[in-house]
Amino acid sequence: MIKMIAQYLIFPGVIFSFVIGAMGFWLERKLTARFQYRIGPPWYQNFIDVMKLFLKETILPKDATKTMFILSPIVSVSAVILVSIILANNYFLNVSFVGDVIVILYLLLIPSLFTILGALSSKNPLALVGAAREIKLMLAYEFVFITSLIIAIIKSGNSIMLADITGIQILNKPNIASFSGAIAVLLSIFYAQAKLCIVPFDMAEAEQEIMAGTTIEYSGPLLGFYKISKLMLYFSLPLFIISLFIKVHTASMFSRYLVFFLMYALIIFVMSVIKNINPRMRIKDAVRFFWFFLFPLGILGIILAQLGL
Amino acid sequence: MKLKEKILTKSLWVYHLSAGSCNNCDIEILDCLTPRFDIERFGMQLVGSIRHADVLLITGAMNKKSAKILKTLYGQAPKPLFVAAVGTCPCSQHLFKGSYPMLGPLDEIIPVDVYIPGCPPRPEAIIAGIAKLINKITAKNKK
Repeated sequence: MIKMIAQYLIFPGVIFSFVIGAMGFWLERKLTARFQYRIGPPWYQNFIDVMKLFLKETILPKDATKTMFILSPIVSVSAVILVSIILANNYFLNVSFVGDVIVILYLLLIPSLFTILGALSSKNPLALVGAAREIKLMLAYEFVFITSLIIAIIKSGNSIMLADITGIQILNKPNIASFSGAIAVLLSIFYAQAKLCIVPFDMAEAEQEIMAGTTIEYSGPLLGFYKISKLMLYFSLPLFIISLFIKVHTASMFSRYLVFFLMYALIIFVMSVIKNINPRMRIKDAVRFFWFFLFPLGILGIILAQLGL
Repeated sequence: MKLKEKILTKSLWVYHLSAGSCNNCDIEILDCLTPRFDIERFGMQLVGSIRHADVLLITGAMNKKSAKILKTLYGQAPKPLFVAAVGTCPCSQHLFKGSYPMLGPLDEIIPVDVYIPGCPPRPEAIIAGIAKLINKITAKNKK
């Protein structure tokens, strides 16, 4: 019993994923700084930021719908915690259940959905613009991610269990080593980029246009919850990509961790490169990019996967 | 208690308000973000919303219209909030003293924590001013 609670709360669960996510976000910030010939923040910066937000005052806007305003960061953080528990327990301890891929897909929708609801309930016009952009972006990227998920499911012999998807990769070869798998990894990296609000797709939080967008009215602990959910998404989205497409056979426990950290750093590096060589897209262009470029690519990937390529 | 001040000073998020300035100080504030000075290595970053801010940087001589906005912004910010007056204008009104739309120096309108004079102050001076602010926050704790 104690072992199970420890599994959920400490080791592959909440605390571990928060720490790794914070380190991943730091890596992204540091890489961005190095790309711009700056020095960048120290490694503990994200922990300090979160702790500071919990020391600050929370202000409830006068016109806001208070319950929704308070509830939405908490709901989004709890959904992200569930996702990271499921994913980390699968990756490190091989715990899985039937249909967990679908459950993760649903749970990953919740943070974006509640960001939108929180922004709408704050009654700030700029938050409204951010929420409208997030809705459009969600319609674009979720669609594309489902196609890449279907590719992984087809590759595993039509199983919707994460353990089967990873197991078949360990037996044969990782999904990325085929054409359709490579397409799926590309699609899901763009998905992660849009989900995490990183630069080419950060119109919902565009600082230069609409100040802080969806989180504009949030302050103190409530903003801290959003920050935590973002940091934990920084852990769980790359981990989801790794376990769907890049799971390789590892002999010992040590090499399993080594491979995970290398892959994780690589994915963060790729996302950071995409961030630093692209300007922010207009929302119209982003939706067009997802629907008319990435989605046909995903359909091509599904066809290739059916043909066994 | 000491830990609290340390956390606060290690991650200062800065909101920048131009209350009728000539834009020179604003350019110098942006210079602090460039590779040569890079204030992100101290954990500071410019934020877009006053609700996220820990430090309110104010440039420009206050006139009657911007004073109203400034009071609203000061009320909207979550406490603890520190106010920094950047440039000679908010510190002492500079050459606009006695002009008809002016209300007086900044510290007669809201409490100011640190003054950074200069027309415009160099980025080094702004960073030194923020260092003074950090010393002030930690010294308050020691008593």
